[in-house]
Amino acid sequence: MRTGSACHRSAVFLPIAIACLLSVAAPIVAAQQNNPVSLENRSKKWNYEEIENAPEKACLRPNPFENDPEALLAGGKLYQRECSECHGMKAEGGKRAPSLLREEAQQASPGTLFWILTNGVVRHGMPVWSKLPEPQRWQIVTFLKSFKVPATP
Amino acid sequence: MTRHRPTPVGPLFRSTFEDRLFLPFATPLGGCTHWSGSSSVLRAALFGLLALFASCLFSSQACAQESPYIVTYDHYLEEPGSLDVEYFSTFGTQRGGNDFHAFWAEFEYGVTVWWTTEVYLDGQTTFAESTVFTGARWENRFRPLKHEHFVNPIVYIEYEQTNGADKIIKEVEGHDVESDHADPNADARQEHDHEIEFKLLLSKTFKGWNIALNPLATKNLSPSEPWEFGYAIGASRPLALKASAKRCNFCPENFVAGIEMYGGLGDREHFGLNDTSHYLAPVSAWNLPSGWTIRVSPGFGLNDNSHRFLLRWGVSREFSGFGEILSHFLGGRE
Repeated sequence: MRTGSACHRSAVFLPIAIACLLSVAAPIVAAQQNNPVSLENRSKKWNYEEIENAPEKACLRPNPFENDPEALLAGGKLYQRECSECHGMKAEGGKRAPSLLREEAQQASPGTLFWILTNGVVRHGMPVWSKLPEPQRWQIVTFLKSFKVPATP
Repeated sequence: MTRHRPTPVGPLFRSTFEDRLFLPFATPLGGCTHWSGSSSVLRAALFGLLALFASCLFSSQACAQESPYIVTYDHYLEEPGSLDVEYFSTFGTQRGGNDFHAFWAEFEYGVTVWWTTEVYLDGQTTFAESTVFTGARWENRFRPLKHEHFVNPIVYIEYEQTNGADKIIKEVEGHDVESDHADPNADARQEHDHEIEFKLLLSKTFKGWNIALNPLATKNLSPSEPWEFGYAIGASRPLALKASAKRCNFCPENFVAGIEMYGGLGDREHFGLNDTSHYLAPVSAWNLPSGWTIRVSPGFGLNDNSHRFLLRWGVSREFSGFGEILSHFLGGRE
């Protein structure tokens, strides 16, 4: 036995589906429109202040995978999967997240980068990444610290 | 004097566009093929999978690191701007009635880093009876704290508009028992419920293990109904904590296994374990590099008030950057 006609079900389903879609779409558009900053200005707003907020104990933690070539490759893979959407394919930054090639990020200790990965920067839109197991976070740090910084003349 | 920017290590950046072209092992429509057979089951499959297909049109990139839980929540919210589209099925045995297959589609969107909103559409097929749409839910999760702590709280608020034929068992509350689901669909769907549900999601990840505890309180908006209570608790861990250097589908770090337990705790007038049901369910998830996640969880009733067996499975895909695309589509400014 089948209860109700298909038309009746459609009549119920369609308004609910539209309402649900609107309930999702409205905050999306609102969030985007509340921040009408140009791409150029957005890239300038990052001040890397969270690096200063890392506790000293966290900053001093050594990277267990330092100079580990396997960790470097794995970190690159993880970076592409989890980080590149916001920080850019080449870590150059974007409208949602700062460049990781800048001096401020490159000179941060491995422990500091690990702490930021773990805790996120919630105020500026970076999620916490403690859902990645600790070794994977260190692998990402290994990758981030692998960029070659030419000596400043 | 020119300041030189550091340069990235070359080969590690090379594979991105190749990755984007990587085809998942099954497309949304491809996933329908093994559903063909009965029209009611096909309708159930279409219910979720059409939504998946529609969402695929909007996005090109995906990432995945999902928990294996079906009922329990950890403290991780959706990444801002990402849309997670999920389809879940629950097959349940029923004493005193016909077995059933309940299903729901889930659209989870990260509005901000501290707010995730989610819409559910539910339905079920009771074998030898009918397939019915059973309601919708709107769920919101809020992260109140900036940093990680020893225990991380998330505030969960949900509004449900369901009918009495709802059998997805997304949570167990109050005096929910197996016999509630024995009524024929034709009768059960005449009952309409409007409920608001609050949960406190407490979670901690330590040495790869995630431990989560979710106490819940539900109020049917009918004035005569009391507050009802329930719980869910879970623990899970990836099979490997280190990532391998190569992109691979079967690497152990792509698999997460665990267990969850959930049940009712009575209501405000009769708090406790009397006339409540409880379940224990091993859970597992397979996070594919292409962005798909597959979950499987066989659940077992722990007392006579519980369904003997619940087999749950789900498939989901995360689409990052969905918010920007939709905003552009709807006329928002870049």
